[in-house]
Amino acid sequence: MAILIDKGTRIIVQGFTGKIGTFHAQDMINYGSNVVGGITPGKGGQQHLGLPVFNTVKEAVQQVGAEASIIFVPPAFAADSIMEAADAGIKYCVAITDGIPTQDMMTVKNFLRRFPERERMILTGPNCAGTISPGRAMLGIMPGHIYMWGCVGIVGRSGTLGYEAADQMKALGIGISTSVGIGGDPINGSSHRDILEIFEEDTETKIVVMIGEIGGPQEVEAGVFSKENMSKPLIAYIAGLTAPEGRRMGHAGAIISSVGESAAEKVAILRDHGVIICPTPAAMGKTVAEVLASM
Amino acid sequence: MDIHEYQAKEILAEYGVKIAEGGLAYSPKEAVQRAREISGNIWVVKAQIHSGARGKAGGIKICRTHNEIEAAAEELLGKKLVTHQTGPAGKVCSRVYIEAGTDIAKELYLCFLIDRSYERIVMVGSAQGGMEIEKLAETNPDAIKKIYIEPAVGLQDFQARKMAFALGLEAAQLSHAVKTIKGCYRALRDLDASMLEINPLVITGSGELIALDAKMSFDDNALFRRHKIAELRDKTQVDPREVAAAEHGLSYIGLDGDIGCMINGAGLAMATMDMIKLAGGEPANFLDVGGGASAERTEKAFRLVLADKGVKAMLVNIFAGINRCDWIAEGVVHAVKNIDMKIPLIVRLSGTNVKEGRRIIAESGLPIIMAETLAEAAEKAVQARNEMVVRKGGRSGNSN
Repeated sequence: MAILIDKGTRIIVQGFTGKIGTFHAQDMINYGSNVVGGITPGKGGQQHLGLPVFNTVKEAVQQVGAEASIIFVPPAFAADSIMEAADAGIKYCVAITDGIPTQDMMTVKNFLRRFPERERMILTGPNCAGTISPGRAMLGIMPGHIYMWGCVGIVGRSGTLGYEAADQMKALGIGISTSVGIGGDPINGSSHRDILEIFEEDTETKIVVMIGEIGGPQEVEAGVFSKENMSKPLIAYIAGLTAPEGRRMGHAGAIISSVGESAAEKVAILRDHGVIICPTPAAMGKTVAEVLASM
Repeated sequence: MDIHEYQAKEILAEYGVKIAEGGLAYSPKEAVQRAREISGNIWVVKAQIHSGARGKAGGIKICRTHNEIEAAAEELLGKKLVTHQTGPAGKVCSRVYIEAGTDIAKELYLCFLIDRSYERIVMVGSAQGGMEIEKLAETNPDAIKKIYIEPAVGLQDFQARKMAFALGLEAAQLSHAVKTIKGCYRALRDLDASMLEINPLVITGSGELIALDAKMSFDDNALFRRHKIAELRDKTQVDPREVAAAEHGLSYIGLDGDIGCMINGAGLAMATMDMIKLAGGEPANFLDVGGGASAERTEKAFRLVLADKGVKAMLVNIFAGINRCDWIAEGVVHAVKNIDMKIPLIVRLSGTNVKEGRRIIAESGLPIIMAETLAEAAEKAVQARNEMVVRKGGRSGNSN
């Protein structure tokens, strides 16, 4: 079992007929993801990439049983699309869009909290590379071929640094159960901790790698969670050792703005909570191999 | 995006927050003119730079005569002010704000910001204003009051009253305090600000509540719908290289080291910089070229990195997902041929079409050092940098 998406998960693409949506929908189909259609308001009833286009997410849920959605809608309209997916009963949504205003994300999170937990859509992103369960389904924009199927769960903020981790592991013959990108924005759908909770329940995942970075409280919260609630080993790498205070390092969320948010401080706190620290970004594969060998 | 104190005050005044009488000047003569328009016989000349702690850096001057105002403006205008927030480079002051002197009875602190843990706007206040809130949080955390605001309903009067009482305000000031606090909240919410800080918020001798300083930052992602705010941008307050980078859709931050970097993805960029440091070097910059790096964009990125004359070696690290290594390789070859690089270049390519990319670079005949892994790339970059330093001598005036 993978987490969040698996072979057969019925996927729709929001922002389906746009250039970016089209490109990545095709890529996901080529990978073997079960894409069942897409949404572009006003183009309902048409066919695109040989699949039905719907006006609303609700129609896609009713007519083709859509369960998961991926969002390529421009920043100004993305929050609305996420809320539409939640309202229509989509179970899992990945928001790829980069540049959604923070206050829009505040509204989205507030909207999601109104649903009882059992019925609440899981959101990952925005500003992420998506989620992949290697060999089964890809709901994202990553190069699928660098991921090998196996027992390591990955959760990370960064897209390309996540690729780096997967690549290092593949070189050592280590595969991945699911890799989840949670995105680089200050307010995101799911935190590291939220994803750790799901990995802990997953029978296929034996260990988890968390790729964090400077800024925000999420890595530390994940460390506390792992100490109190996880039976599986957690390995962490925190990027941004050289980042100066108060400067935004590319990601809107990657800014050291208060105590405990620098890479060195996060590493110290995580280590105190029993998290295995990967000392350099070049040692992610090696650290995982060592932990696996010791199990 | 940050704005100046005088701009934040203009915004707050529109939202019903009381500010002292004041005016903006670009020259000493203009400064005197502004003072003439302001009543009273004591004025404050304030350097307008994007930084706090201006007082300690000599950026705020109290004046009793017009001559003193002229002298103060003369001294501040065109000068670089260095505060602990600006870094050693400092920020140049090109405008001063002349304000009527305020009779301060008490200094308070008030701030609104987005709390990432609670995913809500939080209002932070303290009866002990004037000092840095970070220091107060360390020495006397109980003196800080935090109130979280429910996004769907917004700031309620009772919450504003709760804050007013926590600030130690008296019954007579209550209705004005509620108006001030709610005005600040509305300004933050309506304009997509990420932070609004009034330090100090003062009670005057006559019992009025005045925002004596004001700082606002805005969410860059929301500027597309806040045109008036976007116009307040002052490019003189930002590193010109960052401005140039932003115009080409690149994300650049200048640092103090001498190994130039060009990387795709913010996380990988930070990780690569970490590797450089662990290998014994210091990165000269953060530069994320993003996805879909075209040949043109690659060349722009190269020029940006090499514009820093202190750079002694350059490292390109691309993990191609949407990008393709062959496109990147062509862009790199094109850039190197066009630019006439005088420093060693280390390139590490990985991901989509990697073999093709490496072949293009190898066949170009250019003296590009190739690396296969992240560790190897960082080590080779540091080694190449060290060889350059031995050959040419160290960076002048720099201890590196």
